[in-house]
Amino acid sequence: MYQYDQYDQQMVDARVEEFRDQARRRLDGKLTEDQFKPLRLMNGLYLQLHAYMLRVAIPYGTLNSRQMIALGDIADKYDRGYGHFTTRQNLQYNWIKLEDAADILADLAKVEMHAIQTSGNCIRNISSDHFAGAAADELVDPRPYAELLRQWSSFHPEFTYLPRKFKIAVIAAEKDRAAMRLHDIGIQIVEKDGEIGARFYVGGGMGRTPMIAPMIRDFVPLDQLITYSEACLRVYNRYGRRDNKYKARIKILVHELGAEEYTRQVEQEFAHMLEQGVEPPREELERIKPFFADPAFEDGAKNVDRSDPDFALWVDRNTHRHKHDSYVSAVISLKPVGGIPGDATGTQIRIMAKLAEQYSFDELRIMHTQNVVLPHVKIADLHALWTALDAADLGAPNMDSIEDMIACPGLDYCALANARSIPLAQRISEKFDASGKTAKLGELKLKISGCINACGHHHAGHIGILGVDRKGVENYQLSLGGSEAEDTALAKITGPGFTEDGVIDAVEKVTDLYLDVREDGERFLDTYRRIGMAPFKEALYD
Amino acid sequence: MTDDLGTSPDEVQFRFRDDEPADHGTVTVDACCDQTNAAAVRIEPGDDARTLLPFLDRLALIEVNFPAYGDGRGYSSARILREAGYAGELRAVGDVLIDQLSHMRRCGFDAFAPDARLDEEDAARAFATWENVYQRTVDGRRTIQESRHE
Repeated sequence: MYQYDQYDQQMVDARVEEFRDQARRRLDGKLTEDQFKPLRLMNGLYLQLHAYMLRVAIPYGTLNSRQMIALGDIADKYDRGYGHFTTRQNLQYNWIKLEDAADILADLAKVEMHAIQTSGNCIRNISSDHFAGAAADELVDPRPYAELLRQWSSFHPEFTYLPRKFKIAVIAAEKDRAAMRLHDIGIQIVEKDGEIGARFYVGGGMGRTPMIAPMIRDFVPLDQLITYSEACLRVYNRYGRRDNKYKARIKILVHELGAEEYTRQVEQEFAHMLEQGVEPPREELERIKPFFADPAFEDGAKNVDRSDPDFALWVDRNTHRHKHDSYVSAVISLKPVGGIPGDATGTQIRIMAKLAEQYSFDELRIMHTQNVVLPHVKIADLHALWTALDAADLGAPNMDSIEDMIACPGLDYCALANARSIPLAQRISEKFDASGKTAKLGELKLKISGCINACGHHHAGHIGILGVDRKGVENYQLSLGGSEAEDTALAKITGPGFTEDGVIDAVEKVTDLYLDVREDGERFLDTYRRIGMAPFKEALYD
Repeated sequence: MTDDLGTSPDEVQFRFRDDEPADHGTVTVDACCDQTNAAAVRIEPGDDARTLLPFLDRLALIEVNFPAYGDGRGYSSARILREAGYAGELRAVGDVLIDQLSHMRRCGFDAFAPDARLDEEDAARAFATWENVYQRTVDGRRTIQESRHE
């Protein structure tokens, strides 16, 4: 994986010093809270309901054991012993003291990590396919391109005060495991006439106005990737709305101009930019690529001993096909029954780091579904790995099941939330686990947001739940039919909302209907697409 | 001269040029396009900097106004002007604060007239924030990627 050279390290160190200076000027009264706010946000520091939250960047969701151990140690030293993995493949600490922030950033810098641009109206951490470099179905590893974009987008002088935040995802497989078209820019690395290039989708997003990004260019040559990105951003920086923060994301600009007109403006800017020579030298990509070269895979067992049914179940549910047939990618579920989705203790984080060192060439990935992946595990080692995970309460066999839900922190932590997400997630997983229906339901993506900002991706859930405030009482709207995968779709609301108990019953009713009427091999989403909303409405409201 | 903003020359706190400062009051972008003799103009965030491109030869001063520091359109305006070859003074005026100075400099600003005077030491530190840079812009600095592959 990528390693900083002297320059990368110096950039991060410079930022830590800059932030220390900003914090000092805030304490000296030279900066007002209003002036300090965007600066601390650009260093990942939010003020939440009860404390500061620090969001640490994990570029394209890849990290090594040493970094993971540092994350666990920070959880114990500065937080209350927990880290929370997020849908942006990042990690958040929810109980941080402002006066510790600069020290935490310094601890992170020691292991080539930081919290830069994890918040604020700038280009955020670049996300990617969590199985990158391991999946059997990818064209190439997308991470070298993501790393090139990371460098370009870090401390970009023109794009630090954008109309609104800006999120970029890069994938390189037909199967989309990164919700690529629900990003401000989604890039798919593709092949055309034997050449590798980038396909650009611009203007997707969730939030209060969910939109699926239209494709604006089917092929950008790789030696123009940064230039084209720069053109996309410049048009947005100049013409994105700044009069209303709820209409300031690029999706609104693309929608209001129309994809064709936005594209025309980008192409014009792109033609101009090409003359400016902003593209990094081509050798830079070639320098980056070897960092992501395959580790030394060895041939070994292709199958596991299935005599232990619990182990066999975990293998079936939580492993993903690897490009080398003696390996798999193993998903460590952070969704134990009744747990808080995405939470891990400092001890668990260190255990995962150790296991990565032992079984996965020292590498881990964070999934946008708030789980952790060991990307390269020998099939022969799976039983030993599972045994260790199970002992640490990390062995839940529930990937992509209803228990593997995404949930935002909700009203338990977040100053923006209208309703709690976590208790709902806990109760649903307990209920479906107890009734044994989880297994019967198969792949079912449940996503819960505690407000319309949609951090819990409810628009993209096969089943989505949105918490709202209704005259001071938490109320939950149910929606069906969303997908964040390559068949991207936005979920539709079923009808009037429910109480907390009511929405749990409602989830049970729609899943029962699915079990009754599904045809061979259909997932919940397939059945919904076949029969439409009406039968579900009838089951819910008649 | 109804479009003349009537500004007295702003108090320039930082200037990275050797020539004499222009002492003209600025006119609006619209007025600049109509008047053949205007030598100083002020760009507001909503103005299209490219409308000035035909007139760059006669301009000695372009002010880019930042009514609020969080509105980043002026950064693009500045770069566009420099990319088009504008070599006169490019002055950031308005809500210009310490923590924006280093990025503004990279986008081509070479003079700064903040509404509120900035602490000299803090500003000196801010201008020196980035010993190295990742992006090629109009300031001519060699990028990290170029250094890696020279």
